[in-house]
Amino acid sequence: METENKSIRRDALEKLFSQWLAGGKRILAPKKIGDKIDFAAVTSLAEVSRDHVQTVQSPKTSVFPRVEELFSFKSSDGRVQIRERNGASLGETVVFGLRPCDAAAYASLAAIFTWDNPDSLFSARLAKTTVIGVSCARADEYCFCTAVGGGPGATAGSDILLTDLGSGEYLAEIVSEKGRQTVQATPGQFLPAAGKEKENRLAKVDPAFALDKIAPALAVLFDDAAFWEEQSRRCLGCGACAYVCPTCACFDIQDEGGVSGQRLRCWDSCGFSLFTLHTSGHNPRALQSQRWRQRLMHKFAYMPERQQVLGCVGCGRCSRACPVDMNILEHLRAIAEAKP
Amino acid sequence: MSEADILKPCLLKIEAVIDETPDVKTLRLVFMDEQEGKNFTFRTGQFGEYSVFGEGECTFCIASPPTRTGYIECTFRKAGRVTSALADLEPGETIGFRGPYGNIFPIHEWEKKNLLFIAGGIALPPMRSVIWNVLDLRERFKDITIVYGARTVADLVYKRELAEWAERPDVRLITTVDPGGETPDWKGEIGFVPAVLDKAAPAVASRETVAVVCGPPVMIKFTFPVLAKLGFAPESIFTTLENRMKCGVGKCGRCNVGRYFVCKDGPVFTFAQLKEMPQEY
Repeated sequence: METENKSIRRDALEKLFSQWLAGGKRILAPKKIGDKIDFAAVTSLAEVSRDHVQTVQSPKTSVFPRVEELFSFKSSDGRVQIRERNGASLGETVVFGLRPCDAAAYASLAAIFTWDNPDSLFSARLAKTTVIGVSCARADEYCFCTAVGGGPGATAGSDILLTDLGSGEYLAEIVSEKGRQTVQATPGQFLPAAGKEKENRLAKVDPAFALDKIAPALAVLFDDAAFWEEQSRRCLGCGACAYVCPTCACFDIQDEGGVSGQRLRCWDSCGFSLFTLHTSGHNPRALQSQRWRQRLMHKFAYMPERQQVLGCVGCGRCSRACPVDMNILEHLRAIAEAKP
Repeated sequence: MSEADILKPCLLKIEAVIDETPDVKTLRLVFMDEQEGKNFTFRTGQFGEYSVFGEGECTFCIASPPTRTGYIECTFRKAGRVTSALADLEPGETIGFRGPYGNIFPIHEWEKKNLLFIAGGIALPPMRSVIWNVLDLRERFKDITIVYGARTVADLVYKRELAEWAERPDVRLITTVDPGGETPDWKGEIGFVPAVLDKAAPAVASRETVAVVCGPPVMIKFTFPVLAKLGFAPESIFTTLENRMKCGVGKCGRCNVGRYFVCKDGPVFTFAQLKEMPQEY
């Protein structure tokens, strides 16, 4: 559908929160927890952080929980009974106040989970998630959304994108059918936009590298072991980048609870040496440099080719979280400018 | 496969357990749900995820041929957590199975050709499916040669079937063990698979022969040059890759070789494809 512009006042937004909660919806929003801002369940607009650039964790748990039960099983006398999860019984979630980069990340996740055999639990969660983004008035040196097709006021992935216009008023861009349903479900709260503009409210993020140079460069650089050794020299293989990433979706499957337990899907990372280790001891990606290469190739070469979507939205979280200060932006610039 | 079911296994009952070597077993498996069993089809080369509930899942090719219906078989070496648990199970017990996954050996394209199977050690099981498949359709293919080697006589799997193939007039079977791995009454060859293959070079024009190679990386590495010397085109040499997998359906992120998913684009690849693929297997 075509994006429709409306406006909404802060007190009306507060009413939306009450309605969502009354309707049994969970609201996930950026909240100050200790010295961090992170997504957490909130019950009022007042709890939602407004002055942060970016949360530590992404909101991907809304569709891809860190640990998720796929089904449970019960064994007795060599017989097994499986109890399936029912996607239809999952609750509804409103993810409120996420940045446009995080909203864009849902498309990357959906590409992975539904590109061929659709994953029913992921699809059920996505269908029950409403995404209310808030555009960025500020950015920091780690942000690079504009280099990967996004922007501080980009609407892609949001059902409704809010932009703070000051004086307690927001521009509300109604982007999707789900966004329109949200408007219809709360009559009188959304008002005509009346020519209000967001452009002068948005952070300035200059494109940090030429995206069109990345995939061709990666294709040539794959076998350049020295290049990847140099790129990954500091990498500890800790996996922090993958855990904070809004698009990383690699997972492990583990059983827990003995013969009557659960099969779980858990976050994993291509940065871990155990990720690809064969039982025989052979490891196709035995070196950290090969694992770092995999991370970049997957996001910037394989996903665009196989799933027609980038695996990166430029949120900068991996760089902020890295304990040895590897900044993905510098690595991508080096790739774009490499002369193999 | 229905959308709801991609990571949920079917239940299979263990009908028989066959000890192949001290640490390799074959399980014959039947579907607990009769209708599920009737609906199940696969083609040779495909694999599945087998699970022991409470321990986890592991990945093997289906070792029986699609021409034999009513059951499937898998053969595995007791090595890790799940295979150790699988090895402890007895007939009548239940395991989980997801599949079939992956691509196939294109045997319909091999009709009227000679077939040369080359396997090492525990890599015979994925090839056993295709060997029985073509033997069950024997008249469609010309000469069939099987070269199979293991470290020791004790490590040779499917000994009863090796004996059966050895007696068939329409199969040429060459078995070999590594030097030092022979027993006093061993009547087969002694030597590494590539050298034995070189010596016993099939007396068939390789242009009309398809080779299928399965084995440990070192065997594969030294077998390809021998096949190249014999005149095999890279497009006529097939193998099956076994990268670590979790999901089997192109999502979990670990089996890829460059842009290729072993679970979806493979596990069967030609040597021509492997030459274009990065060394991530």
